[in-house]
Amino acid sequence: MAEVIVITSGKGGVGKTTTSANLGTGLAMLDKKVIIIDTDIGLRNLDVVMGLENRIVYNLVDIIEGNCRIRQAFIKDKKYPNLFLLPSAQTRDKTSVKPEQMKKLIETLRDDFDYILLDCPAGIEQGFQNAIAGADRAIIVTTPEVSSVRDADRIIGLLDANEIHKQHLIINKIRMDMVKKGDMMSIEDVLEILACELIGIVPDDEHIVISTNQGELVVGSSAPAGCAYMNISRRICGEDVPFMELSGKNHIWNRLSKIFMK
Amino acid sequence: MRLLEMMRKKNSGSVAKDRLKLLLVSDRANCSPETMDMIKNDIIVVISKYMDINKEEMDISIMQTSTKEGNTVPALFANIPIKEIKNKL
Repeated sequence: MAEVIVITSGKGGVGKTTTSANLGTGLAMLDKKVIIIDTDIGLRNLDVVMGLENRIVYNLVDIIEGNCRIRQAFIKDKKYPNLFLLPSAQTRDKTSVKPEQMKKLIETLRDDFDYILLDCPAGIEQGFQNAIAGADRAIIVTTPEVSSVRDADRIIGLLDANEIHKQHLIINKIRMDMVKKGDMMSIEDVLEILACELIGIVPDDEHIVISTNQGELVVGSSAPAGCAYMNISRRICGEDVPFMELSGKNHIWNRLSKIFMK
Repeated sequence: MRLLEMMRKKNSGSVAKDRLKLLLVSDRANCSPETMDMIKNDIIVVISKYMDINKEEMDISIMQTSTKEGNTVPALFANIPIKEIKNKL
């Protein structure tokens, strides 16, 4: 029986698709059978991030409308035979799929996989409702910015209202050099504001851009973001992996100044 | 202390955090400042029936509190200084 995880954020551009692709691949590297479903209808991107854009024949909407059998729309990954992508439709809109239909589709897939990851679109409209409809748990991606954390808070509220109580937070694109200077909110700051358990910290890493350019994934590499995504994949499986040490040199000063500012 | 205050003001990270905290209070409670004022005035009317309160010093705000189950929920806190409790007839 698969565990169904929705990767969501509210705000766009915080790294949902990159996170979905890397976590899916990370889980596949851990010998899990995984399918990643792109639920962003009309703005298909996951296929490009995974470097599978040339292999698409059928998509999610084709399955829903009965134009193909479910399995025909699956795309097998280049490297990992136990990793599949279900692409979204590029020329349709979000109303082409209803939450009940998504739920039904996920239920039919449940027995065939260990993990089903749902890459959620930005926003809180129907695309979001579709993506969370069949989910057991949620991973909320945020960056240490005011707008992104605000939207994450809203998403947490909506997930609560939809009875998805198993929620974990990824803080993405953090720059420890800026945190050290006090010019970026720290992990502690974000956690203090959002009532959500942390599952990972992903540093801002140029390797993400480089690998995405090539249709490759950073997970599994020795790049900082690659290690971070691998650690999160392990944590999803229930492993107890300590958080990466990203803290600064002026640790003691930070602590001292915090005491004085109280 | 003032020096530290000034240093803190320079840090854009803590500015961001403070802005967020304020933002989320109103987001979570879904309450505009106008609504808060209306609530405040209504509370004054009700309480004034029974006690003489200091309206200028009175303060209401929405903050976080923990429920018995351990969940954090927004709660309305009212700080109403009493001048005198009216004696009933």
